[in-house]
Amino acid sequence: MQGVDWFPLWLSLRVACISTLASLAVGLWLAYVLANRAFPGKELVDAAAALPLVLPPTVLGYYLLVVLGRESAFGRLYEWAFGQPLVFTWQAAVVASMLHAIPLLVKSARAAFESVDRTFEMAARNLGASEWRVFWRITLPLARRSVFAAGVLAFARSLGDFGATIMIAGNIPGRTQTIAVAIYDAVESGNGALARSLVLAISAISVAILYLASWIERRGQAA
Amino acid sequence: MIEAHIRKRFPPGPESAGFLLDIEFQAGPGVSVLFGPSGSGKTLALSSIAGFVKPDAGRIQLDGQILYDADSRVCLRPQLRSCGYVFQNYALFPHMTLRENLAFAAVRHARLERYRVVSEMLDRFELGPVSGRRPHEVSGGEQQRCSIARALIGNPRLLLLDEPARGLDLPLRASLYRVLRQVRAAYQIPILLVTHDLDECLELGDRMLVLREGRLVQTGTPAAVRERPASIEVARLLGLTNLFRAEITALDPGRGQSRLRFEGFELAAAYLPGHFIGDRVWVSMPSEELRVSAGARPGPNQTSARLLNACQRSQSVRLEFAGDLSVDLPRAEFEKQKHNKEWLIEFPAAALRVLESGGANENPG
Repeated sequence: MQGVDWFPLWLSLRVACISTLASLAVGLWLAYVLANRAFPGKELVDAAAALPLVLPPTVLGYYLLVVLGRESAFGRLYEWAFGQPLVFTWQAAVVASMLHAIPLLVKSARAAFESVDRTFEMAARNLGASEWRVFWRITLPLARRSVFAAGVLAFARSLGDFGATIMIAGNIPGRTQTIAVAIYDAVESGNGALARSLVLAISAISVAILYLASWIERRGQAA
Repeated sequence: MIEAHIRKRFPPGPESAGFLLDIEFQAGPGVSVLFGPSGSGKTLALSSIAGFVKPDAGRIQLDGQILYDADSRVCLRPQLRSCGYVFQNYALFPHMTLRENLAFAAVRHARLERYRVVSEMLDRFELGPVSGRRPHEVSGGEQQRCSIARALIGNPRLLLLDEPARGLDLPLRASLYRVLRQVRAAYQIPILLVTHDLDECLELGDRMLVLREGRLVQTGTPAAVRERPASIEVARLLGLTNLFRAEITALDPGRGQSRLRFEGFELAAAYLPGHFIGDRVWVSMPSEELRVSAGARPGPNQTSARLLNACQRSQSVRLEFAGDLSVDLPRAEFEKQKHNKEWLIEFPAAALRVLESGGANENPG
Protein backbone atom coordinates (compact mmCIF):
# COMPACT_ATOMS: atom_id res chain seq x y z
CA MET A 1 0.00 0.00 0.00
CA GLN A 2 3.06 2.24 0.20
CA GLY A 3 3.18 4.96 -2.38
CA VAL A 4 -0.46 4.73 -3.37
CA ASP A 5 -1.83 8.14 -4.25
CA TRP A 6 -5.22 8.37 -2.50
CA PHE A 7 -6.08 11.75 -3.98
CA PRO A 8 -8.56 10.29 -6.54
CA LEU A 9 -10.53 8.64 -3.73
CA TRP A 10 -10.86 11.84 -1.68
CA LEU A 11 -11.73 13.81 -4.79
CA SER A 12 -14.42 11.33 -5.73
CA LEU A 13 -15.94 11.38 -2.24
CA ARG A 14 -15.91 15.17 -2.22
CA VAL A 15 -17.43 15.37 -5.71
CA ALA A 16 -20.09 12.80 -4.81
CA CYS A 17 -21.02 14.59 -1.58
CA ILE A 18 -21.40 17.99 -3.20
CA SER A 19 -23.14 16.54 -6.22
CA THR A 20 -25.62 14.60 -4.05
CA LEU A 21 -26.50 17.67 -1.99
CA ALA A 22 -26.91 19.85 -5.07
CA SER A 23 -28.92 17.12 -6.82
CA LEU A 24 -31.18 16.78 -3.81
CA ALA A 25 -31.98 20.48 -3.97
CA VAL A 26 -32.73 20.41 -7.68
CA GLY A 27 -34.16 16.89 -7.88
CA LEU A 28 -36.55 17.13 -4.95
CA TRP A 29 -37.88 20.45 -6.16
CA LEU A 30 -38.44 19.06 -9.67
CA ALA A 31 -39.99 15.88 -8.29
CA TYR A 32 -42.36 17.87 -6.08
CA VAL A 33 -43.42 20.05 -8.98
CA LEU A 34 -43.97 17.00 -11.19
CA ALA A 35 -45.91 15.22 -8.46
CA ASN A 36 -48.12 18.17 -7.51
CA ARG A 37 -48.58 20.56 -10.38
CA ALA A 38 -50.41 20.04 -13.60
CA PHE A 39 -48.93 22.04 -16.46
CA PRO A 40 -48.67 21.57 -20.21
CA GLY A 41 -45.64 19.56 -21.24
CA LYS A 42 -45.30 17.97 -17.81
CA GLU A 43 -44.61 14.48 -19.13
CA LEU A 44 -42.14 15.98 -21.60
CA VAL A 45 -40.20 17.44 -18.69
CA ASP A 46 -40.39 14.08 -16.97
CA ALA A 47 -39.02 12.35 -20.06
CA ALA A 48 -36.25 14.93 -20.44
CA ALA A 49 -35.31 14.42 -16.79
CA ALA A 50 -34.97 10.70 -17.43
CA LEU A 51 -32.89 11.11 -20.58
CA PRO A 52 -29.47 10.95 -18.84
CA LEU A 53 -30.39 7.47 -17.59
CA VAL A 54 -30.49 6.09 -21.12
CA LEU A 55 -27.97 8.17 -23.06
CA PRO A 56 -24.36 6.93 -23.19
CA PRO A 57 -22.26 8.90 -20.66
CA THR A 58 -19.97 10.15 -23.39
CA VAL A 59 -22.95 11.69 -25.15
CA LEU A 60 -23.85 13.47 -21.93
CA GLY A 61 -20.25 14.64 -21.64
CA TYR A 62 -20.37 15.97 -25.17
CA TYR A 63 -23.58 17.88 -24.47
CA LEU A 64 -22.03 19.31 -21.35
CA LEU A 65 -18.99 20.43 -23.30
CA VAL A 66 -21.26 22.17 -25.76
CA VAL A 67 -23.35 23.86 -23.08
CA LEU A 68 -20.63 24.66 -20.53
CA GLY A 69 -17.56 25.00 -22.76
CA ARG A 70 -15.45 28.17 -22.85
CA GLU A 71 -17.12 29.30 -26.08
CA SER A 72 -20.68 28.85 -24.79
CA ALA A 73 -22.77 31.58 -23.19
CA PHE A 74 -22.82 29.80 -19.85
CA GLY A 75 -19.10 29.11 -20.02
CA ARG A 76 -18.32 32.77 -20.63
CA LEU A 77 -20.64 33.84 -17.83
CA TYR A 78 -18.97 31.39 -15.44
CA GLU A 79 -15.51 32.53 -16.44
CA TRP A 80 -16.51 36.17 -15.96
CA ALA A 81 -17.98 35.44 -12.54
CA PHE A 82 -15.32 33.13 -11.11
CA GLY A 83 -12.27 34.14 -13.11
CA GLN A 84 -11.61 30.65 -14.45
CA PRO A 85 -13.30 28.30 -16.89
CA LEU A 86 -15.56 25.56 -15.57
CA VAL A 87 -14.40 22.79 -17.87
CA PHE A 88 -11.47 20.63 -16.78
CA THR A 89 -11.88 21.51 -13.10
CA TRP A 90 -13.20 19.30 -10.32
CA GLN A 91 -16.33 21.49 -10.23
CA ALA A 92 -17.06 20.23 -13.74
CA ALA A 93 -16.93 16.69 -12.35
CA VAL A 94 -19.61 17.73 -9.86
CA VAL A 95 -21.81 18.90 -12.74
CA ALA A 96 -21.24 15.63 -14.59
CA SER A 97 -22.16 13.63 -11.49
CA MET A 98 -25.27 15.70 -10.93
CA LEU A 99 -26.42 14.88 -14.42
CA HIS A 100 -26.44 11.24 -13.38
CA ALA A 101 -27.83 11.77 -9.91
CA ILE A 102 -30.73 14.09 -10.70
CA PRO A 103 -32.69 11.68 -12.95
CA LEU A 104 -32.45 8.97 -10.31
CA LEU A 105 -33.64 11.36 -7.64
CA VAL A 106 -36.46 12.80 -9.70
CA LYS A 107 -37.74 9.35 -10.65
CA SER A 108 -37.75 7.90 -7.16
CA ALA A 109 -38.69 11.06 -5.30
CA ARG A 110 -41.63 11.72 -7.61
CA ALA A 111 -42.89 8.20 -6.98
CA ALA A 112 -42.31 8.69 -3.25
CA PHE A 113 -44.17 12.02 -3.16
CA GLU A 114 -47.02 10.59 -5.18
CA SER A 115 -47.33 7.66 -2.81
CA VAL A 116 -47.96 10.02 0.12
CA ASP A 117 -51.68 10.01 0.82
CA ARG A 118 -53.10 13.19 -0.71
CA THR A 119 -55.47 13.75 2.18
CA PHE A 120 -52.54 14.56 4.47
CA GLU A 121 -51.49 17.37 2.16
CA MET A 122 -55.08 18.53 1.75
CA ALA A 123 -55.50 18.50 5.53
CA ALA A 124 -52.32 20.54 5.98
CA ARG A 125 -53.44 23.16 3.44
CA ASN A 126 -56.85 23.24 5.05
CA LEU A 127 -55.15 23.99 8.37
CA GLY A 128 -53.47 27.03 6.86
CA ALA A 129 -50.04 25.63 6.00
CA SER A 130 -48.21 27.25 3.10
CA GLU A 131 -46.99 25.02 0.24
CA TRP A 132 -43.46 25.36 1.62
CA ARG A 133 -44.59 24.18 5.04
CA VAL A 134 -46.66 21.36 3.53
CA PHE A 135 -43.54 20.13 1.77
CA TRP A 136 -41.14 20.34 4.72
CA ARG A 137 -43.48 19.22 7.47
CA ILE A 138 -45.76 16.73 5.71
CA THR A 139 -44.72 15.46 2.28
CA LEU A 140 -40.97 15.14 2.84
CA PRO A 141 -41.20 13.54 6.31
CA LEU A 142 -43.79 11.05 5.09
CA ALA A 143 -41.68 10.18 2.05
CA ARG A 144 -38.38 10.33 3.95
CA ARG A 145 -37.42 6.68 3.66
CA SER A 146 -37.79 6.53 -0.09
CA VAL A 147 -36.12 9.92 -0.48
CA PHE A 148 -33.24 8.77 1.71
CA ALA A 149 -32.84 5.60 -0.33
CA ALA A 150 -32.88 7.69 -3.50
CA GLY A 151 -30.22 9.97 -2.04
CA VAL A 152 -27.97 7.01 -1.29
CA LEU A 153 -28.38 5.69 -4.81
CA ALA A 154 -27.61 9.11 -6.20
CA PHE A 155 -24.47 9.29 -4.06
CA ALA A 156 -23.33 5.86 -5.26
CA ARG A 157 -24.02 6.84 -8.85
CA SER A 158 -22.05 10.08 -8.43
CA LEU A 159 -19.14 8.20 -6.94
CA GLY A 160 -18.79 5.96 -9.94
CA ASP A 161 -19.22 8.20 -12.95
CA PHE A 162 -16.62 7.79 -15.65
CA GLY A 163 -17.73 8.75 -19.13
CA ALA A 164 -19.18 12.20 -18.62
CA THR A 165 -16.52 13.10 -16.07
CA ILE A 166 -13.60 12.29 -18.32
CA MET A 167 -15.20 14.25 -21.16
CA ILE A 168 -15.76 17.46 -19.24
CA ALA A 169 -13.36 17.33 -16.30
CA GLY A 170 -10.57 15.51 -18.04
CA ASN A 171 -7.91 13.36 -16.50
CA ILE A 172 -5.55 15.73 -14.74
CA PRO A 173 -3.78 13.81 -11.95
CA GLY A 174 -3.96 15.68 -8.67
CA ARG A 175 -6.68 18.01 -9.95
CA THR A 176 -9.55 16.36 -11.76
CA GLN A 177 -8.67 12.70 -11.69
CA THR A 178 -11.57 10.96 -9.91
CA ILE A 179 -11.30 7.36 -8.76
CA ALA A 180 -13.05 5.80 -11.74
CA VAL A 181 -10.77 7.71 -14.07
CA ALA A 182 -7.71 6.92 -11.96
CA ILE A 183 -8.44 3.17 -12.06
CA TYR A 184 -8.78 3.27 -15.83
CA ASP A 185 -5.57 5.24 -16.03
CA ALA A 186 -3.72 2.83 -13.75
CA VAL A 187 -4.82 -0.21 -15.76
CA GLU A 188 -3.94 1.51 -19.02
CA SER A 189 -0.43 2.29 -17.81
CA GLY A 190 0.07 -1.18 -16.34
CA ASN A 191 0.10 -0.05 -12.72
CA GLY A 192 -1.76 -3.10 -11.39
CA ALA A 193 -0.96 -2.45 -7.72
CA LEU A 194 -2.50 1.03 -7.78
CA ALA A 195 -5.56 -0.21 -9.67
CA ARG A 196 -6.07 -3.03 -7.16
CA SER A 197 -5.78 -0.72 -4.16
CA LEU A 198 -8.27 1.76 -5.58
CA VAL A 199 -10.70 -0.97 -6.68
CA LEU A 200 -10.65 -2.58 -3.24
CA ALA A 201 -11.06 0.75 -1.48
CA ILE A 202 -14.01 1.89 -3.59
CA SER A 203 -15.68 -1.53 -3.33
CA ALA A 204 -15.38 -1.53 0.45
CA ILE A 205 -16.73 2.01 0.70
CA SER A 206 -19.69 1.20 -1.56
CA VAL A 207 -20.60 -1.90 0.42
CA ALA A 208 -20.33 0.09 3.66
CA ILE A 209 -22.57 2.86 2.33
CA LEU A 210 -25.24 0.46 1.09
CA TYR A 211 -25.16 -1.47 4.35
CA LEU A 212 -25.44 1.72 6.38
CA ALA A 213 -28.33 2.89 4.24
CA SER A 214 -30.31 -0.31 4.61
CA TRP A 215 -29.56 -0.32 8.35
CA ILE A 216 -30.92 3.21 8.76
CA GLU A 217 -33.91 2.33 6.66
CA ARG A 218 -34.69 -0.76 8.72
CA ARG A 219 -34.30 1.18 11.94
CA GLY A 220 -36.67 3.81 10.55
CA GLN A 221 -39.30 1.21 9.84
CA ALA A 222 -39.10 -0.19 13.35
CA ALA A 223 -39.61 3.24 14.92
CA MET B 1 -73.45 31.81 7.49
CA ILE B 2 -72.42 29.92 4.40
CA GLU B 3 -74.05 30.68 1.09
CA ALA B 4 -73.10 28.40 -1.74
CA HIS B 5 -74.03 27.97 -5.33
CA ILE B 6 -71.85 25.28 -6.81
CA ARG B 7 -71.90 23.97 -10.33
CA LYS B 8 -69.41 21.42 -11.56
CA ARG B 9 -69.56 19.07 -14.49
CA PHE B 10 -67.62 15.87 -14.95
CA PRO B 11 -67.55 14.68 -18.53
CA PRO B 12 -68.40 11.03 -19.02
CA GLY B 13 -65.27 8.90 -18.95
CA PRO B 14 -64.54 5.32 -19.90
CA GLU B 15 -65.45 4.12 -16.41
CA SER B 16 -68.09 6.56 -15.28
CA ALA B 17 -71.15 8.24 -16.66
CA GLY B 18 -71.05 12.02 -16.78
CA PHE B 19 -72.03 13.86 -13.65
CA LEU B 20 -73.32 17.34 -12.98
CA LEU B 21 -73.35 18.86 -9.53
CA ASP B 22 -75.62 21.86 -9.32
CA ILE B 23 -76.71 22.91 -5.87
CA GLU B 24 -77.59 26.11 -4.11
CA PHE B 25 -78.08 26.43 -0.38
CA GLN B 26 -77.49 28.53 2.70
CA ALA B 27 -76.71 27.33 6.18
CA GLY B 28 -76.48 29.20 9.46
CA PRO B 29 -75.14 28.04 12.82
CA GLY B 30 -76.10 24.50 13.77
CA VAL B 31 -75.73 21.19 12.01
CA SER B 32 -76.87 21.01 8.40
CA VAL B 33 -76.74 17.51 7.03
CA LEU B 34 -75.95 16.86 3.39
CA PHE B 35 -77.77 13.61 2.91
CA GLY B 36 -77.63 11.41 -0.15
CA PRO B 37 -76.49 8.10 -1.56
CA SER B 38 -72.92 7.52 -2.73
CA GLY B 39 -72.28 9.38 -5.95
CA SER B 40 -74.81 12.12 -5.24
CA GLY B 41 -72.08 14.76 -4.96
CA LYS B 42 -72.06 15.34 -1.20
CA THR B 43 -68.31 15.08 -0.72
CA LEU B 44 -67.71 17.05 -3.90
CA ALA B 45 -69.79 19.86 -2.44
CA LEU B 46 -67.66 19.87 0.73
CA SER B 47 -64.43 19.79 -1.29
CA SER B 48 -65.60 22.74 -3.34
CA ILE B 49 -66.32 24.75 -0.22
CA ALA B 50 -62.97 23.83 1.35
CA GLY B 51 -61.20 24.75 -1.89
CA PHE B 52 -59.80 21.34 -2.80
CA VAL B 53 -61.87 21.34 -5.96
CA LYS B 54 -62.63 24.30 -8.18
CA PRO B 55 -66.21 24.46 -9.42
CA ASP B 56 -67.03 25.47 -12.99
CA ALA B 57 -69.51 28.11 -12.01
CA GLY B 58 -71.28 29.62 -9.05
CA ARG B 59 -70.28 31.50 -5.94
CA ILE B 60 -69.40 30.53 -2.40
CA GLN B 61 -69.63 33.08 0.37
CA LEU B 62 -68.76 32.59 4.03
CA ASP B 63 -69.83 35.28 6.51
CA GLY B 64 -69.99 37.71 3.62
CA GLN B 65 -66.48 36.92 2.38
CA ILE B 66 -66.27 35.54 -1.11
CA LEU B 67 -64.37 32.25 -1.24
CA TYR B 68 -65.20 31.51 -4.82
CA ASP B 69 -66.88 33.50 -7.52
CA ALA B 70 -66.84 32.34 -11.10
CA ASP B 71 -67.88 35.72 -12.52
CA SER B 72 -65.12 37.73 -10.89
CA ARG B 73 -62.64 34.83 -11.11
CA VAL B 74 -62.04 34.68 -7.39
CA CYS B 75 -60.94 31.31 -6.02
CA LEU B 76 -59.23 31.51 -2.63
CA ARG B 77 -56.62 28.91 -1.77
CA PRO B 78 -57.70 26.36 0.86
CA GLN B 79 -55.22 27.99 3.28
CA LEU B 80 -57.21 31.23 3.27
CA ARG B 81 -60.70 29.85 3.65
CA SER B 82 -60.90 29.15 7.40
CA CYS B 83 -63.05 26.12 6.95
CA GLY B 84 -62.30 23.33 9.42
CA TYR B 85 -62.41 19.98 7.64
CA VAL B 86 -62.69 16.60 9.32
CA PHE B 87 -61.68 13.90 6.88
CA GLN B 88 -63.28 10.51 6.66
CA ASN B 89 -60.18 8.69 7.90
CA TYR B 90 -59.24 11.64 10.18
CA ALA B 91 -56.02 12.34 8.19
CA LEU B 92 -54.03 12.83 11.39
CA PHE B 93 -50.37 13.25 10.47
CA PRO B 94 -48.88 9.87 11.35
CA HIS B 95 -45.37 11.16 12.05
CA MET B 96 -46.49 13.70 14.65
CA THR B 97 -47.83 13.26 18.17
CA LEU B 98 -51.37 14.39 18.92
CA ARG B 99 -49.95 17.57 20.48
CA GLU B 100 -47.84 18.22 17.38
CA ASN B 101 -50.88 17.64 15.19
CA LEU B 102 -52.73 20.36 17.05
CA ALA B 103 -49.69 22.65 17.16
CA PHE B 104 -49.31 22.30 13.39
CA ALA B 105 -52.83 23.69 13.05
CA ALA B 106 -52.30 26.49 15.57
CA VAL B 107 -50.34 28.73 13.18
CA ARG B 108 -53.14 31.28 13.15
CA HIS B 109 -52.49 31.97 16.83
CA ALA B 110 -49.69 34.23 18.04
CA ARG B 111 -46.48 32.33 18.66
CA LEU B 112 -46.52 32.81 22.44
CA GLU B 113 -50.16 31.79 22.68
CA ARG B 114 -49.80 28.51 20.86
CA TYR B 115 -48.70 26.28 23.69
CA ARG B 116 -51.55 27.43 25.90
CA VAL B 117 -54.16 27.16 23.11
CA VAL B 118 -53.02 23.64 22.25
CA SER B 119 -53.09 22.57 25.90
CA GLU B 120 -56.58 23.98 26.37
CA MET B 121 -57.80 22.15 23.29
CA LEU B 122 -56.21 18.88 24.46
CA ASP B 123 -57.99 19.24 27.79
CA ARG B 124 -61.32 20.15 26.27
CA PHE B 125 -61.28 17.05 24.08
CA GLU B 126 -59.93 14.82 26.87
CA LEU B 127 -56.68 14.15 25.07
CA GLY B 128 -54.27 15.37 27.75
CA PRO B 129 -53.00 11.95 28.92
CA VAL B 130 -52.27 10.73 25.37
CA SER B 131 -51.05 14.02 23.88
CA GLY B 132 -47.49 12.68 23.53
CA ARG B 133 -48.49 9.65 21.49
CA ARG B 134 -48.69 9.19 17.75
CA PRO B 135 -52.10 8.68 16.12
CA HIS B 136 -51.60 4.92 15.62
CA GLU B 137 -50.87 4.50 19.32
CA VAL B 138 -54.21 5.87 20.54
CA SER B 139 -57.77 4.55 20.35
CA GLY B 140 -60.18 5.25 17.53
CA GLY B 141 -62.20 7.59 19.74
CA GLU B 142 -59.10 9.58 20.61
CA GLN B 143 -58.10 9.86 16.96
CA GLN B 144 -61.58 11.07 16.17
CA ARG B 145 -61.57 13.70 18.92
CA CYS B 146 -58.09 14.79 17.90
CA SER B 147 -59.15 15.30 14.29
CA ILE B 148 -62.12 17.42 15.38
CA ALA B 149 -59.96 19.40 17.82
CA ARG B 150 -57.40 19.98 15.08
CA ALA B 151 -60.06 21.24 12.71
CA LEU B 152 -61.39 23.65 15.36
CA ILE B 153 -58.14 24.99 16.80
CA GLY B 154 -57.73 27.68 14.15
CA ASN B 155 -61.20 29.05 15.03
CA PRO B 156 -62.76 28.27 11.66
CA ARG B 157 -65.90 30.03 10.56
CA LEU B 158 -67.34 26.77 9.26
CA LEU B 159 -66.85 23.11 10.11
CA LEU B 160 -67.06 20.46 7.40
CA LEU B 161 -67.39 16.79 8.31
CA ASP B 162 -67.10 14.12 5.63
CA GLU B 163 -68.94 10.97 6.76
CA PRO B 164 -67.25 11.02 10.16
CA ALA B 165 -69.12 7.94 11.39
CA ARG B 166 -68.42 5.73 8.41
CA GLY B 167 -67.07 2.37 9.46
CA LEU B 168 -67.31 3.09 13.19
CA ASP B 169 -68.70 0.55 15.62
CA LEU B 170 -71.65 1.54 17.78
CA PRO B 171 -69.87 2.78 20.95
CA LEU B 172 -67.51 4.89 18.86
CA ARG B 173 -70.43 6.28 16.91
CA ALA B 174 -72.22 7.22 20.12
CA SER B 175 -69.11 8.99 21.42
CA LEU B 176 -68.75 10.86 18.14
CA TYR B 177 -72.34 12.09 18.35
CA ARG B 178 -71.73 13.23 21.93
CA VAL B 179 -68.63 15.19 20.91
CA LEU B 180 -70.40 16.74 17.93
CA ARG B 181 -73.31 17.85 20.09
CA GLN B 182 -70.83 19.52 22.46
CA VAL B 183 -69.14 21.20 19.51
CA ARG B 184 -72.47 22.43 18.22
CA ALA B 185 -73.24 23.93 21.61
CA ALA B 186 -69.81 25.51 22.11
CA TYR B 187 -69.18 26.96 18.63
CA GLN B 188 -71.68 29.24 16.99
CA ILE B 189 -70.64 28.28 13.47
CA PRO B 190 -72.36 26.42 10.66
CA ILE B 191 -71.50 22.73 10.65
CA LEU B 192 -71.96 20.82 7.41
CA LEU B 193 -72.10 17.07 7.86
CA VAL B 194 -72.10 14.62 5.00
CA THR B 195 -73.76 11.27 5.56
CA HIS B 196 -75.95 8.63 4.00
CA ASP B 197 -77.22 7.42 7.36
CA LEU B 198 -80.73 8.57 8.22
CA ASP B 199 -80.34 7.80 11.92
CA GLU B 200 -77.25 10.00 12.09
CA CYS B 201 -79.15 12.72 10.33
CA LEU B 202 -82.07 12.52 12.75
CA GLU B 203 -79.73 12.38 15.71
CA LEU B 204 -77.53 15.35 14.85
CA GLY B 205 -79.17 17.42 12.17
CA ASP B 206 -80.89 20.73 12.71
CA ARG B 207 -81.50 20.87 9.00
CA MET B 208 -81.30 18.35 6.25
CA LEU B 209 -80.46 18.84 2.59
CA VAL B 210 -81.28 15.83 0.47
CA LEU B 211 -79.06 15.36 -2.57
CA ARG B 212 -79.77 13.12 -5.47
CA GLU B 213 -77.67 12.89 -8.63
CA GLY B 214 -76.05 16.23 -7.99
CA ARG B 215 -79.26 18.14 -7.25
CA LEU B 216 -80.93 19.23 -4.04
CA VAL B 217 -84.33 17.54 -3.97
CA GLN B 218 -85.60 18.53 -0.54
CA THR B 219 -84.62 20.60 2.48
CA GLY B 220 -86.14 20.87 5.94
CA THR B 221 -85.73 19.55 9.42
CA PRO B 222 -84.82 15.85 9.42
CA ALA B 223 -88.04 14.96 11.21
CA ALA B 224 -90.15 16.88 8.70
CA VAL B 225 -88.35 15.34 5.75
CA ARG B 226 -88.85 11.87 7.12
CA GLU B 227 -92.46 12.60 7.90
CA ARG B 228 -93.21 14.13 4.50
CA PRO B 229 -90.73 13.12 1.81
CA ALA B 230 -91.21 15.43 -1.15
CA SER B 231 -91.18 12.63 -3.69
CA ILE B 232 -90.97 8.90 -4.13
CA GLU B 233 -87.21 9.28 -4.82
CA VAL B 234 -86.64 11.00 -1.52
CA ALA B 235 -88.72 8.38 0.26
CA ARG B 236 -86.58 5.66 -1.31
CA LEU B 237 -83.35 7.50 -0.41
CA LEU B 238 -84.51 7.68 3.18
CA GLY B 239 -85.01 3.92 3.08
CA LEU B 240 -88.71 4.17 3.89
CA THR B 241 -90.64 0.93 3.58
CA ASN B 242 -94.18 0.37 2.33
CA LEU B 243 -94.20 2.67 -0.66
CA PHE B 244 -97.24 1.98 -2.83
CA ARG B 245 -98.98 3.40 -5.83
CA ALA B 246 -102.66 4.16 -5.26
CA GLU B 247 -105.59 5.77 -7.01
CA ILE B 248 -107.87 8.20 -5.25
CA THR B 249 -111.38 6.82 -5.50
CA ALA B 250 -113.24 9.17 -3.17
CA LEU B 251 -112.69 12.56 -1.52
CA ASP B 252 -114.97 13.81 1.23
CA PRO B 253 -113.92 17.20 2.57
CA GLY B 254 -117.01 17.28 4.81
CA ARG B 255 -115.87 14.35 6.90
CA GLY B 256 -112.21 14.96 6.19
CA GLN B 257 -111.84 11.59 4.53
CA SER B 258 -110.66 10.02 1.34
CA ARG B 259 -110.42 6.56 -0.11
CA LEU B 260 -107.39 5.08 -1.81
CA ARG B 261 -107.41 2.01 -4.00
CA PHE B 262 -104.29 -0.13 -3.96
CA GLU B 263 -103.64 -3.29 -5.87
CA GLY B 264 -106.09 -5.68 -4.30
CA PHE B 265 -107.48 -3.59 -1.48
CA GLU B 266 -108.97 -0.22 -0.66
CA LEU B 267 -108.30 1.94 2.38
CA ALA B 268 -109.75 5.01 4.05
CA ALA B 269 -107.33 7.88 4.58
CA ALA B 270 -107.45 11.47 5.74
CA TYR B 271 -108.77 14.08 3.30
CA LEU B 272 -106.24 15.04 0.63
CA PRO B 273 -106.44 18.74 -0.21
CA GLY B 274 -105.28 19.65 -3.68
CA HIS B 275 -106.01 16.26 -5.21
CA PHE B 276 -108.75 15.03 -7.50
CA ILE B 277 -110.61 11.78 -7.72
CA GLY B 278 -108.78 9.53 -10.13
CA ASP B 279 -105.32 10.94 -9.27
CA ARG B 280 -102.58 8.35 -9.09
CA VAL B 281 -100.38 9.02 -6.07
CA TRP B 282 -97.55 7.44 -4.10
CA VAL B 283 -98.38 6.53 -0.54
CA SER B 284 -95.92 5.82 2.22
CA MET B 285 -96.97 3.86 5.30
CA PRO B 286 -94.37 3.96 8.09
CA SER B 287 -93.91 0.37 9.13
CA GLU B 288 -94.00 1.18 12.85
CA GLU B 289 -97.45 2.77 12.57
CA LEU B 290 -99.20 -0.26 11.11
CA ARG B 291 -100.81 -2.84 13.37
CA VAL B 292 -101.30 -6.57 13.03
CA SER B 293 -103.71 -9.04 14.52
CA ALA B 294 -104.78 -12.62 14.05
CA GLY B 295 -107.73 -13.42 11.82
CA ALA B 296 -108.85 -14.28 8.35
CA ARG B 297 -111.67 -11.84 7.62
CA PRO B 298 -110.46 -8.26 7.09
CA GLY B 299 -112.47 -5.53 8.82
CA PRO B 300 -112.43 -1.85 7.84
CA ASN B 301 -109.00 -0.64 6.75
CA GLN B 302 -107.56 -4.08 7.13
CA THR B 303 -106.15 -6.56 4.68
CA SER B 304 -105.11 -10.13 5.16
CA ALA B 305 -101.55 -10.96 4.32
CA ARG B 306 -99.17 -13.89 4.24
CA LEU B 307 -96.18 -13.64 6.57
CA LEU B 308 -92.90 -14.38 4.82
CA ASN B 309 -90.35 -13.60 7.45
CA ALA B 310 -89.87 -12.16 10.93
CA CYS B 311 -86.54 -10.36 11.38
CA GLN B 312 -85.24 -9.70 14.85
CA ARG B 313 -83.90 -6.20 15.29
CA SER B 314 -82.32 -4.49 18.25
CA GLN B 315 -85.47 -2.67 19.36
CA SER B 316 -88.26 -4.39 17.49
CA VAL B 317 -89.26 -7.22 15.21
CA ARG B 318 -89.85 -6.55 11.54
CA LEU B 319 -92.56 -8.69 9.94
CA GLU B 320 -92.25 -9.02 6.20
CA PHE B 321 -95.42 -9.91 4.34
CA ALA B 322 -96.08 -10.92 0.77
CA GLY B 323 -96.51 -7.92 -1.52
CA ASP B 324 -93.62 -5.88 -0.04
CA LEU B 325 -95.50 -4.92 3.10
CA SER B 326 -93.57 -4.72 6.33
CA VAL B 327 -94.62 -3.96 9.88
CA ASP B 328 -92.42 -3.17 12.87
CA LEU B 329 -93.67 -4.55 16.15
CA PRO B 330 -92.31 -3.96 19.65
CA ARG B 331 -90.70 -7.16 20.88
CA ALA B 332 -93.31 -7.75 23.62
CA GLU B 333 -96.15 -7.36 21.13
CA PHE B 334 -94.53 -9.85 18.81
CA GLU B 335 -94.18 -12.41 21.61
CA LYS B 336 -97.95 -12.23 22.10
CA GLN B 337 -98.73 -12.68 18.42
CA LYS B 338 -96.00 -14.95 17.16
CA HIS B 339 -98.26 -18.01 16.99
CA ASN B 340 -100.79 -16.36 14.69
CA LYS B 341 -101.73 -18.59 11.77
CA GLU B 342 -103.40 -15.94 9.68
CA TRP B 343 -102.54 -12.30 9.77
CA LEU B 344 -104.50 -9.14 9.29
CA ILE B 345 -102.80 -5.83 8.80
CA GLU B 346 -104.56 -2.72 9.90
CA PHE B 347 -103.82 0.68 8.37
CA PRO B 348 -104.83 3.59 10.63
CA ALA B 349 -105.88 6.53 8.47
CA ALA B 350 -103.08 8.67 9.97
CA ALA B 351 -100.48 6.14 8.84
CA LEU B 352 -101.22 6.71 5.15
CA ARG B 353 -99.08 9.56 3.85
CA VAL B 354 -99.53 10.72 0.32
CA LEU B 355 -96.27 12.01 -1.17
CA GLU B 356 -97.13 15.46 -2.44
CA SER B 357 -95.25 15.92 -5.68
CA GLY B 358 -96.33 12.50 -6.83
CA GLY B 359 -97.32 14.05 -10.18
CA ALA B 360 -98.33 12.29 -13.34
CA ASN B 361 -94.74 12.18 -14.60
CA GLU B 362 -93.71 9.67 -11.94
CA ASN B 363 -92.92 6.27 -13.33
CA PRO B 364 -94.11 3.45 -11.18
CA GLY B 365 -91.45 1.06 -9.91
